[in-house]
Amino acid sequence: MAQLAVRGVTVRFGGNVALDGVDLDADPGMVTGLIGPNGAGKTTLFNVITGLIPLNSGSIQLNGAPMNDLSPTKRARRGLARTFQRLELFSLLSVRENIRVAADIRKGWARDGSDPAAVTEALIERIGLGAVADARVDALPTGQCRLVELGRSLATRPEVLLLDEPASGQDENETLAFGALLQELAAEGMAVVLVEHDVHLVMRVCHKVHVLDFGRIIAVGDPQQIQTNPAVVAAYLGTPG
Amino acid sequence: MDKFLTFTIVGLATSAIYAVIASGLVLTYTTTGIFNFAQGAIGMLAAFTYWQLRFSWGWPTPVALIVVLFVLAPLFGILIDRVIMRGLQDTSETTKLVVSISLLIGMIGLAQIIWDPNVSRPYATFFATSKPLAIGPTTITWHQLITIAVAIAVAIGLRFLLYATRIGIAMRAAVDDRPLATLNGARPHRVSMFAWAIGSSLAALGGILIAPLVPLEAGTLSLLIISAYAAAIFGRLRSFPLVFVGAIVVGCTEGYLSGYLPQNQYLPGLRLASPAILLFIVLLLLPNPRLRGRTRSREFFPMPSRRGALGFAAGVTAAGVVLATTMSQPDLVTYGRVFSVGIIALSLVPLVGFAGQVSLCQLSFAGIGAIVMAHLGHNGNPIALVWAVLITAAIGAVIALPALRLSGIYLALGTAAFAIALDRWIFTLPKFSVFGLFNIDLFQQGSVSVDPLRLFGFTFDTPGSQMVLLSSVFALLSLLVVAIRRGRFGRRLLAMKDSEAACATLGLNLLGTKVTVFALSAGMAGLGGALLGSQLSSVSPQNFDLVTGLPIFALAVVGGIGAAGGALFGAVSLAGLLPLLAALLPSVSQYLVILPGLAGIGLGRNPNGAVHDLREGFMPIAKSRIVLVATVVVLAGLYAIRMLDAIDNWTYALLTMTTPLVAVVAATLLRRERADGVVPLEWRGVTEPWTDDDVRDLDRVLGLTEVELHGAARG
Repeated sequence: MAQLAVRGVTVRFGGNVALDGVDLDADPGMVTGLIGPNGAGKTTLFNVITGLIPLNSGSIQLNGAPMNDLSPTKRARRGLARTFQRLELFSLLSVRENIRVAADIRKGWARDGSDPAAVTEALIERIGLGAVADARVDALPTGQCRLVELGRSLATRPEVLLLDEPASGQDENETLAFGALLQELAAEGMAVVLVEHDVHLVMRVCHKVHVLDFGRIIAVGDPQQIQTNPAVVAAYLGTPG
Repeated sequence: MDKFLTFTIVGLATSAIYAVIASGLVLTYTTTGIFNFAQGAIGMLAAFTYWQLRFSWGWPTPVALIVVLFVLAPLFGILIDRVIMRGLQDTSETTKLVVSISLLIGMIGLAQIIWDPNVSRPYATFFATSKPLAIGPTTITWHQLITIAVAIAVAIGLRFLLYATRIGIAMRAAVDDRPLATLNGARPHRVSMFAWAIGSSLAALGGILIAPLVPLEAGTLSLLIISAYAAAIFGRLRSFPLVFVGAIVVGCTEGYLSGYLPQNQYLPGLRLASPAILLFIVLLLLPNPRLRGRTRSREFFPMPSRRGALGFAAGVTAAGVVLATTMSQPDLVTYGRVFSVGIIALSLVPLVGFAGQVSLCQLSFAGIGAIVMAHLGHNGNPIALVWAVLITAAIGAVIALPALRLSGIYLALGTAAFAIALDRWIFTLPKFSVFGLFNIDLFQQGSVSVDPLRLFGFTFDTPGSQMVLLSSVFALLSLLVVAIRRGRFGRRLLAMKDSEAACATLGLNLLGTKVTVFALSAGMAGLGGALLGSQLSSVSPQNFDLVTGLPIFALAVVGGIGAAGGALFGAVSLAGLLPLLAALLPSVSQYLVILPGLAGIGLGRNPNGAVHDLREGFMPIAKSRIVLVATVVVLAGLYAIRMLDAIDNWTYALLTMTTPLVAVVAATLLRRERADGVVPLEWRGVTEPWTDDDVRDLDRVLGLTEVELHGAARG
């Protein structure tokens, strides 16, 4: 059983069908890629999974338990965390405080005796933001902001992590380090879902890739299969040269 | 059936007025993003102006109407747009709200300056002398008929404007996507100017139609159209047809209430409060909003330091002692409200400043606190303070329950509606009992007396002792506010203010957090109200009504709602500077009522608040230990001289206020001198010519000896 199972999810905005019977599985220990052209519905799918927008039909399950009727807050407490394509950082707070807020919130509901201050420092170290820990996030470049969002979502110690274009705004070296971090997280048993336009990154770190186009999943497979799938090439990847 | 028909006609005529005013409101809101709280006040000013032209100067009706509706009102709308509203791009909703609330306060003040509120002004309906028309068993007056016809004409006109004219299409485009409309050649400035002109004309039309039906009084008339707000909200601030439906629902409900509500001592207030209650209900019926994502704004309130907070608290307490020991008794009574109003303003800091939740009913919470103190604080029993905090906190928590669904302008309207329901109904109720268990006695339909507080055997029954007590309580609460800001709860509030969506996806219980901060804030306001009550010794509902509370909110935001200093700034301006100016300049004192409005209107220029600039200005003192110590010594010395009666109060006040200014100059000069003495090494030879001394300094820093450098050549 997949940790996160999305089944037949359909979302309509007025007459527009944004998602049309989408299925997606994310398994522990794996990085699952979700790619597709702009407007394909990737962010909408994340919004539906996290409960920020309602679905019209279909189901979302976490560890076999249905989540359709749960609020975003309750879903987070069941082990779901995400980052946002359009950054949703707490701009009035510093990098450290952004992560600390999340660690405090987690301690509030998990009551697991963790030390939010220690969790925060460890995460700052891990994502390599020690040098800017006390800077206001508004002052940081986008690439680092995305790392702060990652750190913030990790502070809730999620089982399933949804990352929405986390590498956009990062340079090549940052992307390399970031890819390694994702693989580490997966190796620790987390189920990671990665929405990303950097196809090289996706193909390098993902174990399985879903391709979304016009609200439908048009292909699922390992990176090798996806790269050679004619429908994917036509809809998204294009032919080289 | 006759009665039903009669009240249906009354209701429809009222609905028509609401529809006209509400469509103006929606037009400006959709095209400019600003909810004009002063829409009713524009109508009020127009009604007064029309009265002046038509009834006082005797102009013919058509001329007076044309001048007000097609010349003055549109020009006034354009003036508001050009001078005030255009500077509000990228400011928070709180700032926008404060600016339009301040406009409301300023316009009420303006009307009171021009038209003496103590004079009664007869205001005839249109065709008052003509015989009403018969409709079956009942009649309809010409005024009612005209009102309904005008609303229909406005509906048709708006439809034509928005769908068949170039500017109307540009307006609709601006609603959909302002930047995109600009890219496609629309001129947003022109569109917003036009929207304000029409919106203002519609407000004027509504004001002139409604004025004959109610007493011509600035405050009442400005808030009367709270029902029009309900209609606008019914249309979700977007849809004109729904606005008209909403107006009919609201107007008819009011009509039937006035016809069918049983006559007893408890219900007349309910009829007066019904628009507010309807507004509250409409707000609750809004569809569940999506969680708010990040909003970008210019405001930033820096984290207060521990040292700064302690210094501030010590300064406030010292100021309380100084004022209490130097001022005369009458002056202490005049200016005594500074700190009690300050506490009420301070209650806004965690709620509005940190959590971004607007509340316009803090003074109502203060009123509840005062009632509790009056009834439970006999002989100054301090336990009543605890009850005041607990009871207001509990009520605040209940008010917060619907608040999860409301934010920004909707929350502001909801809390304003709550305040009006209290003013007009609850606070005027006679004694009543709940299920025969509790007997509740509020203001006893007039005023109640409050005993002075008694703590540890000491009774705070002189203005001086109350001043010291209140300044100390303010100081302690300011420390509490800073502790909240620096702690876990404060970070959580700031996070929630920034992005509710992100907070929810981290597992934060948004409702719990909002309820907690509302309860905390209401409790603080309740404490402030209880202390204010015991200071005033007798309180009535007028001390705590919405219109009295709005300047506190506006000026605290002008001061800087993210810090305790902002709250103090607001309170000092309102309860200190205004009475002081009135005392110094008695000839212009009547004009001072518009000052809070003007201050709020100026806020758009500096959304961080005045205290932010003041702090920056006085920062050099804090940075120079010598100057800081010298300043404190000089201030203490001045106080000692004053206590010895060597100087009078005016000289003392003048010297005390001059001291920090001199200190800033001294600190700045001192710093510059020090900076002059040492030019950083990397700047040597760049900002000034290169000298031998510079060479030696460089050698020393690099650790080079004379021989290594120049040995051979010199030799």
